[in-house]
Amino acid sequence: MPSIAAYEFGDFVETACFLKDRPAFALADGTLRLPAGGEKALTLHEGGLLCAVVDEFGKRLLSGGEDGRVVATADGETSQELASIGRKWVGAVAGGPNGAIGFASGRSAWFQPAKGDLKELKHERTVEGLAFAPKGTRLATARYDGASLFFPATDAAPVSLDWKGAHLAASFSPDGRFLVTMMQENALHGWRIDDGKHMRMTGYPAKVKDWSWSAKGKFLATSGAPAAILWPFSGKDGPMGKAPLELGTRGDSVVTAVACHPAEDMLAVGYQDGMILAVRFADSKEALLRRGGASPLRTMAWDAKGGLLAFGAENGEAGVVDIAG
Amino acid sequence: MSETAAAPIPVTVLTGYLGSGKTTLLNRILSEDHGKKYAVIVNEFGEIGIDNDLIVESDEEIYEMNNGCVCCTVRGDLVRVVEGLTRRKGRFDAILVETTGLADPVPVAQTFFMDEDVRAKTQLDAVVALVDAKHLPMRLKDAREAEDQIAFADVVLLNKTDLVTPEELAKVEATVRAINPHAVIHRTERAGIDLTKVLGQSAFDLKRVLEDDPAFLEAAAQAHDDHVCGPDCDHDHHHHDHHGHDHHHHDHGHSHDHHAVSPIHDVTVTSISLRGGPLDPKKFFPWIQALTQEQGPNILRLKGIIAFDGDPDRYVVQGVHMIIEGDHQRPWRDDEAKLSRLVFIGRKLDAEELEAGFAACAAKVKAPA
Repeated sequence: MPSIAAYEFGDFVETACFLKDRPAFALADGTLRLPAGGEKALTLHEGGLLCAVVDEFGKRLLSGGEDGRVVATADGETSQELASIGRKWVGAVAGGPNGAIGFASGRSAWFQPAKGDLKELKHERTVEGLAFAPKGTRLATARYDGASLFFPATDAAPVSLDWKGAHLAASFSPDGRFLVTMMQENALHGWRIDDGKHMRMTGYPAKVKDWSWSAKGKFLATSGAPAAILWPFSGKDGPMGKAPLELGTRGDSVVTAVACHPAEDMLAVGYQDGMILAVRFADSKEALLRRGGASPLRTMAWDAKGGLLAFGAENGEAGVVDIAG
Repeated sequence: MSETAAAPIPVTVLTGYLGSGKTTLLNRILSEDHGKKYAVIVNEFGEIGIDNDLIVESDEEIYEMNNGCVCCTVRGDLVRVVEGLTRRKGRFDAILVETTGLADPVPVAQTFFMDEDVRAKTQLDAVVALVDAKHLPMRLKDAREAEDQIAFADVVLLNKTDLVTPEELAKVEATVRAINPHAVIHRTERAGIDLTKVLGQSAFDLKRVLEDDPAFLEAAAQAHDDHVCGPDCDHDHHHHDHHGHDHHHHDHGHSHDHHAVSPIHDVTVTSISLRGGPLDPKKFFPWIQALTQEQGPNILRLKGIIAFDGDPDRYVVQGVHMIIEGDHQRPWRDDEAKLSRLVFIGRKLDAEELEAGFAACAAKVKAPA
């Protein structure tokens, strides 16, 4: 039976993650909490934190705040300011290869290589989200009516991937063949990068707010429905013409957070009522990891070995599940 | 499903053409001692004189949803900023949204109905329009936005009254009334107003909508359309619909208004007021749903109190474009006549068709006269 170390932070948990194998929680109040082995708090942003993502390239946490700064921390003990743009809110950040970062505020995205000058990539409409491709220095921005693909280290004009509507976040498939966006509507959209072929992923009763690629990149797991919806990406057409997997279906709640296990084809599913299930892809077998809570789950993350799951909720409830017990 | 139990945060939207006094009002709201803390979303930091951590700059972003349906627009920047602001409890008590002079108020309002997250955490309190008393007639000639802002407002501050003569002021006020017969109008100088008349209005709260406006139904009873007005309002502003059913507002080419012919010439928004006795819900709901689906683009606002046959409770409805919501509000009081009234503000509305449709919803037993 899994055991839980529960924490109560009293403020919205934006991102749960592991830094140097220690659970860490980035809160909307701008602090990073490291509860294991003595309560530690590191202030990342004054005012408030708006976004925080794990940089898979640099194995660090990147965050953006109301203070107009982009900050990185690799160990949760110290942080470095990577960029500062004054009084504007930094609404999205992304980590790229060789220490590069991207971030967005208003109608601009910025590219900051590890060594070199900050480069502003102006857009006609607000840049809502961004992501780096797994290989090569290629940056995608999500914006109104589609996505733009930049080679930000060069001056080449961006490739425009068009699809009507507001696109709020972007993610590349781990093999780099597909780009997927979350939309303001209850839908995802995707493009095959080679030829721009469209992939419509619709039918959600709620907005998709969380997603996670499975260990071998075969599936993209998503929130926004009474079950976790997993779109198959192994074929050459991605999910087109295929039915998604539905895991952890519940009649009385909605999935709000998902985290694919780092090695197994298994998924942690977090719900609006705070429950967490672990579900195996192959046979849909479910295991209860957390009975419930007082608030919707916002974020979940596995440690590198896949034995621990950190989670955080909108009201500040958080914890670490040890699946071995 | 579990919901975050926190009370929704009230949101006040300030609209008004450039130079109408929005910034003055905003600075007053931020500096006056009213015991409330506001987060303010502005298009440009500009001239806001107050240093406040919670003033947020955002680029106005109109997002069409559902494959470009013009009715289904939201303000993407508000979705993002409101989501960011509301994550932390107790930071502020209410949100103010200042729009640019050219802003369309509809997507701003729709954001608070159409985006599920914003809707769960906030409650649109009221849309307040500032009007420059001196320059409104000119604005109406060249900017449809100025008219839209008035048509859409719950509260209109007729500002800069010190810059016009009493006659000009009366004309401007009649024009505002012609565009929006149901807004509460206040006359102000330098946006000087008791803030309790601007904030905390609950104009979109179904439990309170029209409750503070006893004249709404009385007017139906008297087939007469007087309304709450500014404190020193002494002129005749019954510019519309003295007889209930026998003339319409859809044709401003030849205005029927006898006081304010010239300014109203530039008005393209009309309001249509429908009255009747108790209605049959089996007829009313399909009618209003089909109507808002088909004519949503032409409807800026709709509001109504409906008496359903045999129902002891008042039913209230309100709508913006294609969005319509309704609920039982409270029991009819013994001293109230059970009447139904529905008001549309919009463009290209066909009054005869609306009246015929509404009349066909009458409950069989007690058909209205």
